[in-house]
Parts: sequence; structure tokens; C-alpha cells
Amino acid sequence: MYWQQEYECMPREELAKLQLARLQNTVSRVGNHVPFYRTKFKEMGIDFENLKSLDDLKRLPFTYKQDLRDNYPYGLFAVPLREVVRVHSSSGTTGQATVVGYSRNDIQMWSDLVARVLCGAGVTADDVIQIAFGYGLFTGGFGLHYGAERLGASVIPISAGNTKRQIQIMRDFKTTALVCTPSYALKMVDVMMDAGINPNGLSLKYGLFGAEPWSEGMRQELNEKLGIRASDNYGLSEIMGPGVAGECHVCHGLHINEDHFLYEILDPETLEPVKPGEVGELVITTLTKEAFPVIRYRTRDLTRLIPEPCPCGRTFDRLHRMLGRTDDMLIIKGVNVFPMQIESVLCEIKGTAPHYRIIVDRENHEDKITVMVEVFNEIFFDAMKRQEEMINTIKRKLASELGVGVSVKLVEEKTLERFEGKGARVIDNRKL
Amino acid sequence: MRVEQIAVFMENKSGKLAEITSILAENNINIRALSVADTADFGILRLIVDDVEKAKKVLKSEGFTVGITNVLAVEVPDKTGGLASVLKAINNEGLNVEYMYAFVNKTGENAVLIFRFEDMDKAIDSLQKEGFTLLSSKVICSL
Repeated sequence: MYWQQEYECMPREELAKLQLARLQNTVSRVGNHVPFYRTKFKEMGIDFENLKSLDDLKRLPFTYKQDLRDNYPYGLFAVPLREVVRVHSSSGTTGQATVVGYSRNDIQMWSDLVARVLCGAGVTADDVIQIAFGYGLFTGGFGLHYGAERLGASVIPISAGNTKRQIQIMRDFKTTALVCTPSYALKMVDVMMDAGINPNGLSLKYGLFGAEPWSEGMRQELNEKLGIRASDNYGLSEIMGPGVAGECHVCHGLHINEDHFLYEILDPETLEPVKPGEVGELVITTLTKEAFPVIRYRTRDLTRLIPEPCPCGRTFDRLHRMLGRTDDMLIIKGVNVFPMQIESVLCEIKGTAPHYRIIVDRENHEDKITVMVEVFNEIFFDAMKRQEEMINTIKRKLASELGVGVSVKLVEEKTLERFEGKGARVIDNRKL
Repeated sequence: MRVEQIAVFMENKSGKLAEITSILAENNINIRALSVADTADFGILRLIVDDVEKAKKVLKSEGFTVGITNVLAVEVPDKTGGLASVLKAINNEGLNVEYMYAFVNKTGENAVLIFRFEDMDKAIDSLQKEGFTLLSSKVICSL
């Protein structure tokens, strides 16, 4: 099922032509209308009116989160404010907030791109979709809302939080598609179980999860416990919000909407492209946005290309689910460690990813990593010898995956904090 | 001849054992015997109770991880050498004990030894062959 088949299944040569035309247009617009880019282009000697090929992209400057902060609030807008019909903003919890704007066309385009993602996941006009992302300055709620309306689904704009009410409405309104963060969906499962509600007995068919990194283990758990097909979608407010990329029904990687976004995967240290299939930082250039175009935005998200063509028929490249953030990357004894690696190891052991927390300390000038794992029946034994063997197995597998030794500490079930938004599973106590 | 035992995971924190036993008490569950295997971080509490299913249900609903395993209960006279005679037989049969604990019954005449063996079938055969009395769950509960 496609929303805009003529684009989603476009032959690659045609796509490249369209991308070049749109890139030329975007670069020309920012060169003419955004002082930040005009200055950069001038400094770097870039003739922004004469881009010859898509290859010229790599000569263009990067845009960093800090550039958005420095130009707060409207400095990077490429159209006058009277043409801006919506603004969104990041919370600014990690620094100065950033602001992004949308023209009327941008909102339409955004709605269509979210509709593509929903449609690819299986959602149709017959579905009842519960949007449990926060509505407000965060792009998640409104982004999905407009896309779902565009698709023609029946939208329940419940927003985030109040888990009991979410569950009540899910039952009463016979919700068929749930939109939220994967960790919040797991929390809902826990609350349902505690209340004696069988999560598998609801009307749910689809779960569209995003806004934080998750794992195959969590997907399996959500599929089984909720009786749904869970799919991943990706977006970030600096680029647009949700709708940048999403999984089709194959659920193996996210198709990036390449007719609107030009992507690169670069080594975060050397800034050179990685080999196809290798992990690197996702860098995105918008091709059609009017109010807030960005050139080579450093997303800090780590992913890799899935090089094989997708059986669904879409020609857009697929990105592996996000493997974490370049800034979440922990450097333990000089080794790069991504929290997602720990999750996938835990999941391998008994097929389900328990809740966990990663604690990093520095003792006697040496890094020490402790993984706290919530015990569950499959890894609990009455005999201490077997219990210790299980802990050692977890330790050994983690050490071999990470290339660095870890301590494993079992804790009682449901004692680690659950998160409603982006899960923060790492506590770094090192004072560096 | 097997007896059901519940095992509960508990973090090594003060008040844990009190919490668990209070839950059992509030639900009128009587503990016949218990043992704790502990490490610096956590402990495994093993219990013989008069209502295994109920104990499992109430502890689970309080968020505990609970497992049920089979153990053997061997009755020996409560006098010098009682335990030694059983252990000697076990050793002669080449049985591996994973863990054990014991209690003395109300009358004080007999002691009950709770064993978890690696090979439970072989242990049952061997102990019966040696003439030891294995108690059933029902008998233990009525002690």
C-alpha cells in the first residue's frame, strides 16, 4: 500500500534528477534569503547558484544544532514570518531552545509524508488512531495528527500521559493503531497487566513507535503482548518532525523519503562517508522545505544503510533503526559503547529485553560499567549455582559484544523507573 | 513424593525478608521451612508453605519474581547421626546436592531434611531403596 506511489516507487535515475533540481533550488534559496548560509557559502567560495551535481553536496557546509541556537528564534527562516503558519520548538532542556517554522505548503507536504509512513505501516482510513505523543511545541503530536487526518483515519488526539485514561479510551473507542514512544507502550502493557486487562484482547492492530531508540527485542515484546505489528518511524524537529522515514509492512528498516530529504551517513570523526552498511551519523539536507530549509544537518543519530532493495516495491533507501546518538556513545576504557548493543544482547539471551539501566563509574582512574537488569522468571533460579551461571552468561555475552568487561547486577522486577517519554537508561557518574 | 517449594528473588536490602513474610502472614499462609542463599547483591529465598499456589499468586501480585521447584523431604529421627546417615547414603549413590536445609517437626521426634538434587529421579529411587521416608506435600503441611 502506497500513499504517493509515483514518488515512493520512483526509478532511482529519475529520483536523482528530481533530487538535483530540488537541491539546486534549496541551495539557491538559502544562499539568497538566509544570512547564515550566505555568509558560509561566501567564506567557503561556493557558487550557490551553480550547483552541477548531487556530488557537490559534500562541498556544502554542515549545519549544527548550535547554529539553530545561535540564530534563535527566527534567524534561519528562509521566508518572511507572514508566510509562516506554524512554529515548533525543541524543549531546550539541554541548552538554548531551537525554533523551526512551516509555511502552508510545508504543512501540506509534512502531512503527506506522515501519511506515507502511516500507510506503509498498514494504517488506512478505516483505522482509529490514538496519538499518545505530546501535543504542543514538540513536533510528534501535531505531526502525526495532521498525517493521520490527511490519510483519513479517525484521530484520537489524546496526547501523552495519564496511562489509565489511555487504556480506558483504547478499550472504549476500539483503537486500532497506537502512536507513542516504544517505552511508553511497554509501560501501558505493564499497567494493563497489573489491572488484569489482557493487552492482547484489545482492538489494536498497529503500533507506530518513534521518538527514541528501541530494539528488535522490544518490537517482539510489543508485537506479542499487544498483538500488533509494531513499526518504527523517524523524524526530528530540526528537519521536519515525524515523517522523515518510516518502516513499511516488511518492518526491516525505515524508508527515508528521499524525494524530500537527501541523506548521508558519515563517520562522525572523519566526516567522510562510511562504506554502505557501516554505522555512521545520519546527515540530512531538506529538498523542499520552504520556511526552514537546512543544509547537511548533523542529526547526531547513528544508523546504517540496509543495502538490499525492499520487497515492498518502494525504491527509497532503508535505514537501520537508529542505533543511538553520537552523544550517547559511551567511551569506556577507550572503547565506543552504544546502549543499544546492551539491549540487543539482553534480548538474545531469553528472547525478551528486560528493563535495564547502565551505570558508569570511575573508580581508581578506571572506568567501570554496571548493567542493572530486572530479574524475570526465565532468568531466575532456585539454585545459586545456576543463578550465578546465568549472571555469568549475561556478563560474558556483554563483554564479547562490547569489547569491554561489565558487572551485572540483578534487581527485583518493576523496580527500575519506567519512562513516558524518551527513555534515559544510562547514568554516567564519571566526573570528567 | 516430590514437594513443591517456592523460590523468591530478593535484593539484598534491609526489610526484604520482613516484607515477604508479612505478605504471607496477611494471606494466612503458613511457612513450614525456609532457607536463604545470599550474595552481596541479592538472595534467593526458598520456602516450604502450606499453600504454594496462593503464596505464588500473592507474591507475584506484589511484584516479586517467584519460581516453583520440586524438592524432596526426607524424614529422619531427630537424634545424633540422623543427617549423617542420609548424607552418607547420598554420597554412596553419587548424588549431587544442589542445596539443602532442615527443620524439626512439632513433636520434636523427627527432623525433616529438604533436598534439591541435580537428578531428582535417581535421588528418589536411591533414597527409597535405602529405606528412607520421603514425605509428601500433604504430610508436610499437616506436620
